Amino acid sequence: MTDAPKQPLATSGATPAGAAPVMEMEAYRPPRNQWWDVWDQFKTHKGALFGLGFFIFALLFVYLGPLIWTLDSQYIDIRARNTNHIFSCLGVGGGWFSAQGWADWFRDMPACLGDPEAFSTANPIYGLRVSWAHPLGADQLGRDTLSRMMVGGQTSIAVGLTAMLLALFFGTLVGVLAGYFRKVDGLLMRLTDLFLAMPLLPLLLVIIMLFRDVLRSAFGPEGGIFVLIVVVIGLTSWMQTARVVRGDVLALKEREFVLAARSIGTPPWRLILRHVLPNVMSSIMVSATLGIANAIITESALSFLGLGFPSDFPTWGRLLFDATDWLTQNPERVIWPGLFISLTVLSVNYIGDGLRDALDPRIRGR
Amino acid sequence: MLTFTIRRLILAIPTLLFISFIIFLIVKLSPSDPTAGLPLTIPPEVREQIRESLGVNDPVFVQYFKWLKLMMWDEPLHLIWVEDGWLYRFEDYLYAREICPHPPHLTQLERTDLFPDGDYNSCIFDEYGPRIISYQTRSPVMELILQRMPQTLWVVGTSYIVGILIALPLGIISAYRQYSWFDQLGTFVSMIGFSVPTFFTGVLFIVIFAVNLGWFPSVYDTTLEVTDWETFKQQFRQMIMPVMVLGLFNASQISRYMRASMLDNLNQDYVRTARAKGLSESVVVLVHVLRNSMIPVVTVIALNVPAVFGGAIITEQVFKVNGIGQLLIIAIQAGDVPVVQTVSFIFAVLIVLFNLLADILYGVLDPRIRYD
Repeated sequence: MTDAPKQPLATSGATPAGAAPVMEMEAYRPPRNQWWDVWDQFKTHKGALFGLGFFIFALLFVYLGPLIWTLDSQYIDIRARNTNHIFSCLGVGGGWFSAQGWADWFRDMPACLGDPEAFSTANPIYGLRVSWAHPLGADQLGRDTLSRMMVGGQTSIAVGLTAMLLALFFGTLVGVLAGYFRKVDGLLMRLTDLFLAMPLLPLLLVIIMLFRDVLRSAFGPEGGIFVLIVVVIGLTSWMQTARVVRGDVLALKEREFVLAARSIGTPPWRLILRHVLPNVMSSIMVSATLGIANAIITESALSFLGLGFPSDFPTWGRLLFDATDWLTQNPERVIWPGLFISLTVLSVNYIGDGLRDALDPRIRGR
Repeated sequence: MLTFTIRRLILAIPTLLFISFIIFLIVKLSPSDPTAGLPLTIPPEVREQIRESLGVNDPVFVQYFKWLKLMMWDEPLHLIWVEDGWLYRFEDYLYAREICPHPPHLTQLERTDLFPDGDYNSCIFDEYGPRIISYQTRSPVMELILQRMPQTLWVVGTSYIVGILIALPLGIISAYRQYSWFDQLGTFVSMIGFSVPTFFTGVLFIVIFAVNLGWFPSVYDTTLEVTDWETFKQQFRQMIMPVMVLGLFNASQISRYMRASMLDNLNQDYVRTARAKGLSESVVVLVHVLRNSMIPVVTVIALNVPAVFGGAIITEQVFKVNGIGQLLIIAIQAGDVPVVQTVSFIFAVLIVLFNLLADILYGVLDPRIRYD
């Protein structure tokens, strides 16, 4: 949202006409893009800033991480199977409530972090298998969790973003058409209601189960599932956007600038593209954040139920699902994928919260 | 109000017909074959006969109307039997009148065990109308659903009530003391509960409370019957984790609505008037503000009930509760078309009914809203 458009939007409602004294006072300020005001308001929301920070971190982690941590996610290091993550070293030592325990902790913890392999073999009492070769541990075949988290994150985030774009496209299309053209309003809104009344998760499961093999043979094992999951999530989550956009368009249609544009003979499609769409942008952006969160959770849920991507093609949900089979031997394996899914969704939700406040001109500048 | 309700009920019929048709089409148009799971040694002509007997080769519309008649007409007849002003479950009635040779609550296997040479199937399948039969178990789908219903209702229902009981006070206090530390903490916790998916909280709870601490069992034992204090304690212990996981998720959603709705009302003029009249603070908040704030919250609670059933699919999978969600997953994996269709359709009916209920509740609770 910081990459502001080149010129201020022609029809923005940010400068109220009746506020003459305020205009006078602000006349000495250099002209400023309205998106800077949005950013100023956004900055005051601590959660939103955290969310933006974590989301950027997650993007860097999954897309640039593999350039630094170059271990192949498919490489099987069978000697390292079921390795614990390096943070297990923080749990060594005796009891937490005795001086002896703390002394042991200060003796063992640096040793463990310094030379994990030697420490693991020398102190079998802790039952640890740690190694700097696999900082986040390895799975039951010895594949490195850190690189699998990166590759898995690429898929999860890509699914989230693509499905969100698809849902936004459908939602905006239906919303604008229904709001602008009265003839199709009733029909499109009944369609929206029908989609809202569908049992979505069962249907998603059924569709994916049934059409998986066809698409797999058409687009290859990973591409087929990717197309299927993105399309299915996109097609089942556009309804909220459509409703919000329709409401906004209905209100905008009565405004004077739309009347002015129409009176000089602007054709409907250009009126929609130039005057209506830029003004519903704020609600679309808020539903975009909700859409990413929803898509990431749905994809993980599908993978978790074993109906998502194949197991040699990791996603965060799939990693979590695979880890649940090893709960008793290696319970901490569930933490990393679960933590990343949760934090990404949390950050995206916070960004949405902050955006909603920042884009609301009634709250902004207060 | 009555005309509105009746109109909505009539409108619900085409909606449900359309949804049922879509569910039917998705399942039917898919390239799956109900005989795909059978052994490869079955010769092709026998395979074709099996397909024929399942009715797979009929035109799609014929199949749809057959299924619709089964779903709308025959199945309700099997569930309800009216005689002398009393409602019976049909099979109970048959057994009570000694028309059927076996108690109705037995499963198919138990019937075969107890009555090895008895005519154990006839009075269900043949003489009293057809039923929707599962491909997997060869027993009526409705029986399967009725077997699974109590577990789902117990776990999901309790979790929803727990969620509401947590959410309401949380939302009220958060709104009344806006920007206090309690509010900050409450909003933060509800944001987390809203964002962390149930399949992670569930697994995390299992890791902490079942694997590390060993307090609760990680698998829900459905065969447990509550007969005395000991088994009650066992049932309580195995229900805690699934109920808390679902309950926290529901609570975080509802408390956000409760807080927003309370905040909307706390600044209204009537609140100032009530305070100016000298009413005590508790009366102002708990009687005047709360009653008005509950209007949207109650409808949200009603609207979310079907979503809770859908969300329970995952929680049931995590804690191995063999409820309706797990029935659906197993049926999907086995290509059991009748079960998938029926369960999805029941979900759709739930959604439409609760939408209607929410609309009616809104009208009943808020006298300013009149639909006529």
